[in-house]
Amino acid sequence: MKTWLPPLILLALLVALPHAGPLFHAWLPDLSHPLYWRTSFTELALSHALLVATATVVAVVVGLSLGILATRPAGRSLLPTVRAVAVIGQTFPPVAVLAIAVPLLGFGAAPTLLALSLYGVLPVLGQTVAGLDQVPVSALHAADGMGYGRWRRLWEVELPLAAGPIMAGVRLSAIVSVGTATIGSAVGAATLGAPIVEGLVGNNTAYVVQGALLVGALALTVDGLLGFVENRIRRPPA
Amino acid sequence: MIEFDHVHKAFGNHVVIEDLSLRVEDGEFFVLVGPSGSGKSTLLRTVNRLTHIDRGQVRVHGKDVATQPIEALRRGIGYAIQSVGLFPHRTVAENIAAVPHLLRWPQKQIDERVAELMALLKLDEPGMADRYPDTLSGGQAQRVGVARALAARPKIVLMDEPFGALDPLTRESLQASVKAIQKETGTTILFVTHDMDEAFRLGDRVALMLDGRLAQVGTPLELIRSPADERVNEFVGGTRAYLRELAVRCVRDSMRRDESADGDAIAPGATLQEALGLMLEKRRDRLAVAGGGAILLADIVARPR
Repeated sequence: MKTWLPPLILLALLVALPHAGPLFHAWLPDLSHPLYWRTSFTELALSHALLVATATVVAVVVGLSLGILATRPAGRSLLPTVRAVAVIGQTFPPVAVLAIAVPLLGFGAAPTLLALSLYGVLPVLGQTVAGLDQVPVSALHAADGMGYGRWRRLWEVELPLAAGPIMAGVRLSAIVSVGTATIGSAVGAATLGAPIVEGLVGNNTAYVVQGALLVGALALTVDGLLGFVENRIRRPPA
Repeated sequence: MIEFDHVHKAFGNHVVIEDLSLRVEDGEFFVLVGPSGSGKSTLLRTVNRLTHIDRGQVRVHGKDVATQPIEALRRGIGYAIQSVGLFPHRTVAENIAAVPHLLRWPQKQIDERVAELMALLKLDEPGMADRYPDTLSGGQAQRVGVARALAARPKIVLMDEPFGALDPLTRESLQASVKAIQKETGTTILFVTHDMDEAFRLGDRVALMLDGRLAQVGTPLELIRSPADERVNEFVGGTRAYLRELAVRCVRDSMRRDESADGDAIAPGATLQEALGLMLEKRRDRLAVAGGGAILLADIVARPR
């Protein structure tokens, strides 16, 4: 899919949906409110995107740092643990993370942010370790022999060579966050999940469809943009 | 100048280098040869401190390497390895420029040096500078590896079986390139190989290393003619060693200037091995030498003067 298509669809939906009341009324004539009205879709989408962006930044910072630490000589002993946690963590449903976060932080954006960040760390961490592990040993040996310092080697050799897998992890983390943030509205965060949750509770299919369309378009947009970045970072161009 | 002073190194209980002392002179092409596991690569790596020694001292230009800042030390010493280790995300030109870049040379100077090296190592086909390592043949990649090792004009270059993975023709061509560059620039090269022919072809002096010790150090001819003991003799090749001797000696030193011969002339700088090969090819026992004189089969067989 072209990179520009999903953002265009998202934009079109944000513009068109508020005027689509008659359309939904025609489809579901029994509903008294065929269009979600409590908050504007644009406001929800922005808040949703902000939440995802913040969580992804936290996930990248934490995941990348842990991944780098675990692949340094001093941190090597942590590697099996880190790997195991990353794999086990992936099997945890995001809802469970949210359920654990609410008693700790109360309702609102905070528990959602915590859940998203925690859950988002794992793909980044896993891919960072995998990416750094597949850097050719001969290149590292040569870098050492030529007098690259430890950090310089990391920055100029290891990270560029691991950039592809790491970006794939970041992408996965962000997309999972877009979906998971939807559930966040169940605990009071303003996200595109609000119409979905309210629609499910009030048996209003129109709300659910409106929310789902926007979340889907947002997920594709995020995936497209990060995919674009990933392709730019990979060098030589594959 | 590289000096090893009572160097000792063990991995656990296994002694890899045992109380070894050796001096490599400035401008010398010095080859460490030995079977795998003899400790020659480990010894090489003590120079740029990729291996830490347990006892003794390694000095470069008279200074103990252990007291020098490790990055500065390594940037000042060229390093080429069998697996080459080119950076896959960098082009050929960027790979060659690695150490000058670390040393913060001005970009213009780096560009000039890269162009010079690419010509020197016969990497000057069009578009080569911007290619990525995964598009290179093994021989080309190793040429880039050697160029990278020489880039910052180091006084000392360490080479760890750099041609071990190449086919014989490519290997010979690279050996010739490196030997010519070394003679031209007067660089001190410490070269590790398990290939006796390579050692004799390249080395001004050769050290045969067995079980972490130097079995014998000397010129190729010294090792061939007067092996220190039975093991050295065996490793050098026994009577076959004399065939190797032919590869080390050159026509100029054995020819007769007052004789002449018919047919194509051989260059005075050619080896006796090449001369013998040519005689066998032509089924003749004397060859003309370019610039006057001739070489006879008897001269090849005779004990050198």
